[in-house]
Amino acid sequence: MFTGGFDPVNILAILPEISLIVLGLLILGLDLALPEERRGILGWVTAGGLVLIIGLALAISRPGSEPILLWGGMLRHDWLGFAFKIVFLFAAAITALFSMDLFDSGRRGEYFLLLLAATLGMNLMASAADLIMLYLAIETTSIPLYILAGFLTKDDKSTESGFKYFLFGAFTSAVMLYGFSLLYGFGGTTNLYGLSQAFLEGGLSIGAILGSLLLILVGFGFKVSAVPFHFWAPDVYEGSPTPIAGFLSTASKAAGFAVLARVMLAVFPSIAVEWGAIVAALATATMTIGNIIALAQKNIKRLLAYSSIAHAGYALIGIVAISYLGVASTVFYLIAYVITNLLAFGIVALFGRVAGSDDIAAYAGMSRRSPWLALGMMVALLSLSGMPPFGGFVVKFAVFAAAIQAGMVWLAFIGVINSIVALYYYLTILKYVYLYRSEDEDKPLPVSRPYAIGLTVLSLLVILIGTVFAPWFSVASSAAAAIFR
Amino acid sequence: MQFPILSVIVFIPIVTAVIILLIPQDRKNEVRVTALAGATFALLLSAWAYFSYDIPVGGYQFLEKYTWLPSLGISYQVGIDGMNAPLVLLTGVVMFTGVLISWGIDDRPREFFAFLFILATGVFGVFVALDLFMLFFFYEIAVFPMYLLIAIWGWKETREYAAMKLTLYLFIGSVIALVGALAMYFVSGMGTFDMLALEGAGFSADFQRLWFPFVFFGFAVLGGIFPFHNWSPDGHVAAPTAVSMFHAGVLMKLGAFAALRVGIMLLPEGAKFHLPWIILLSLVNVVYGAYIAMVQSDFKYVIGFSSVSHMGLVAMGFATLTRNGMIGAGVQMFSHGVMTALFFAVVGMIYDQAHTREIPKLGGFRKVMPVVAIAFIIGGLVSMGMPGFSGFIAEFPIFMGVWASHPWIAIVAAISIVITASYIIRIVGRVFFGNLPEEFEHHVHDVTALDKVALVFLSGILIIVGVYPAVMVPLVESGVDKILALLGGV
Repeated sequence: MFTGGFDPVNILAILPEISLIVLGLLILGLDLALPEERRGILGWVTAGGLVLIIGLALAISRPGSEPILLWGGMLRHDWLGFAFKIVFLFAAAITALFSMDLFDSGRRGEYFLLLLAATLGMNLMASAADLIMLYLAIETTSIPLYILAGFLTKDDKSTESGFKYFLFGAFTSAVMLYGFSLLYGFGGTTNLYGLSQAFLEGGLSIGAILGSLLLILVGFGFKVSAVPFHFWAPDVYEGSPTPIAGFLSTASKAAGFAVLARVMLAVFPSIAVEWGAIVAALATATMTIGNIIALAQKNIKRLLAYSSIAHAGYALIGIVAISYLGVASTVFYLIAYVITNLLAFGIVALFGRVAGSDDIAAYAGMSRRSPWLALGMMVALLSLSGMPPFGGFVVKFAVFAAAIQAGMVWLAFIGVINSIVALYYYLTILKYVYLYRSEDEDKPLPVSRPYAIGLTVLSLLVILIGTVFAPWFSVASSAAAAIFR
Repeated sequence: MQFPILSVIVFIPIVTAVIILLIPQDRKNEVRVTALAGATFALLLSAWAYFSYDIPVGGYQFLEKYTWLPSLGISYQVGIDGMNAPLVLLTGVVMFTGVLISWGIDDRPREFFAFLFILATGVFGVFVALDLFMLFFFYEIAVFPMYLLIAIWGWKETREYAAMKLTLYLFIGSVIALVGALAMYFVSGMGTFDMLALEGAGFSADFQRLWFPFVFFGFAVLGGIFPFHNWSPDGHVAAPTAVSMFHAGVLMKLGAFAALRVGIMLLPEGAKFHLPWIILLSLVNVVYGAYIAMVQSDFKYVIGFSSVSHMGLVAMGFATLTRNGMIGAGVQMFSHGVMTALFFAVVGMIYDQAHTREIPKLGGFRKVMPVVAIAFIIGGLVSMGMPGFSGFIAEFPIFMGVWASHPWIAIVAAISIVITASYIIRIVGRVFFGNLPEEFEHHVHDVTALDKVALVFLSGILIIVGVYPAVMVPLVESGVDKILALLGGV
């Protein structure tokens, strides 16, 4: 099952994780060493360090075309994990940039440390190949995120959101852990690929496997905020610091999908038809309920929360297709979604800080206050609604294509109808941004340097994904190849 | 390597849009001049492409092909033939005149021209696309700026409602067609979105009959086909002048053209099965649209519904599946585009001065703006299908085609000509002749020189095509022959 002796690839493969720990220690050291007024650079160090780690990972830790199991079968070094790792590191770098202006200076060190710890957990989630590793990784991700969500201790909404997130998370993770233990009991191993073998060899009742799968789905559904495990998302996003809400809705969700794709497709091919039907139902409910409730929202963070629920539904379509194209399209979808949603939350964070409100009505007159910021908002919202030449179009195209290839034309139609509903509420926001006037429209909307950098990079990436899609799609295809070889 | 003229035409507008966005907001004149330069360039190149198309050689010319997403068989592929060459020229014409007419826009002109030009890129892209994915890509690009253009710069009373209605209608149509296109892609098993290849995919008759309505109606929504025409008059009326011109003049052709290109040409068996009943819908368009236009009291709604009526003739021409009908429909797309752009320009000019569009309140505008009056009368004659104008060249073959295939439909449809004449003559009489109401005496002035240039240019084209049809008809004929070959020589 795993390689005997020591192979340097063991270290190379987890170089990003090691570097994350080093970076975290560096932040902690700087936090102690620097005088309080100079701790403003911690955000730059975090973001810069993460960018360095991305460069390092791309240069050294790229997996080969053949996946390998490392560290006694705990991790699997493949493109599926690697592609997601880069996405997480990137999202964390952007979140660090967006967080820089948010807090009173004394408390920044642990904030960035927690962010890095959560990122470390996500990286391990994406490559975990063992139930124990997987569970530890999920908890390593979740616990820092609970704290981050409640980080604004003077703000009741933030503490409430942290606590709510914690209760929901603890509950679902307990259910999921129960599912894991059942799987171990049935399969006799904790290794995901070993379990798959055991189930394929047969002798186990479908009901037993399906039952434990349902328990696991509770945990995964919570992570990706799929209906009916989505209730936490709007409250938590609304209360937590906006950059963290952005991080939760992008990297944390993508991490959930990485695990979902790997576990469902690698462990349960023997009952693919059954879970395919269940996940198809989840996808339908997630898209529809997310979009319909989003229609009624007045607060932009809540609206984006429901829209991100709906987007989980679209991404699930690719999983339901249970095909090479399906997984590729889900990964592709998530890459574009993460970048787009970070852009949307970045603008919301900036605007909310300056304008002091997250009401959609407060966005009136935005294009007169700052035409470029309004343009960025338009790029984000149109990409979320699936309009070219932005990333959202081609990735929606890909997931619908996967559904039709799998013979599920009905699911494609549900997705299509949902994207029309979504277009309505995205356009409504644009109406405020561009059309309505407000008394505040003469007030400037200053964009600080970290935001300017982050938002520009994200906007350009959204357009780049939407126009030059071949390189992104080939990464997504390599990730799919790690499952379907 | 040959000069990539079509790609240049497609990307000029969006490059111009980016340049415009980089100009500081308060430099409004620089914005306008840049826009005009971009539009002129696009017009000249599209005219060049149009006139250098080699008719005896036929087929798709100025071909370019670059791989875009090879693993799914998506490529960027462009070319023009007899069917889309006039439409490319039409887009150039409307873009150029639209910029001239929008010179007076003072609220955020930078954003206005940028969005208008992004729209233009979408339109050019659809007309020259030879790849199904690319067609959708540009089709959506053409739809969404419309929302902002109408919602921000439109008529205050209805703009929010109309903009949302229009966008949702068109988006619904396009995504439904998209599902159909994906079905074609997978069923063909060829792994390519190349439409020239898909023409030979040999889809089964059952498949074609099932999917044809999705694809055809998905696009025909934008062509204003009954009963999905409802967004169009509202949208036209709410839009600012240049956008109405673009919208009725070019975008509706986008729908008709895409329905032809993807629906009829890729699913010919489905077309033969379904079009005989779709012709009835187009008949409703033609007659009912004209009738509704007649009873409107708002000048702009009259023109809006006349578009529904005239676009019905395009659908009818295609639905006859005859050579004459298709040639007529091809010319009608161009002729109606120029004509309706002219109409909306005139309506805009009158509204800017009079601040009302109620026909009973207007009158005598011939005295203050003679050029506008003459231009409108020329447009009106085109609209009625008078010989010597492009409308005749377009509508006569359509009626010949309809007569050959469904004589009684031709008889009913001919009523529309009478109705059209009645509403056009009513407007000419009420708005341009008669006495100028006192309230307008002093503050109504003649239009600017730029406006006159635009009007003369548009009416000139209508007369040239009418007097010398050889400038367009042989070209369209060459395109129609290809369609008829796909339909198996009906």
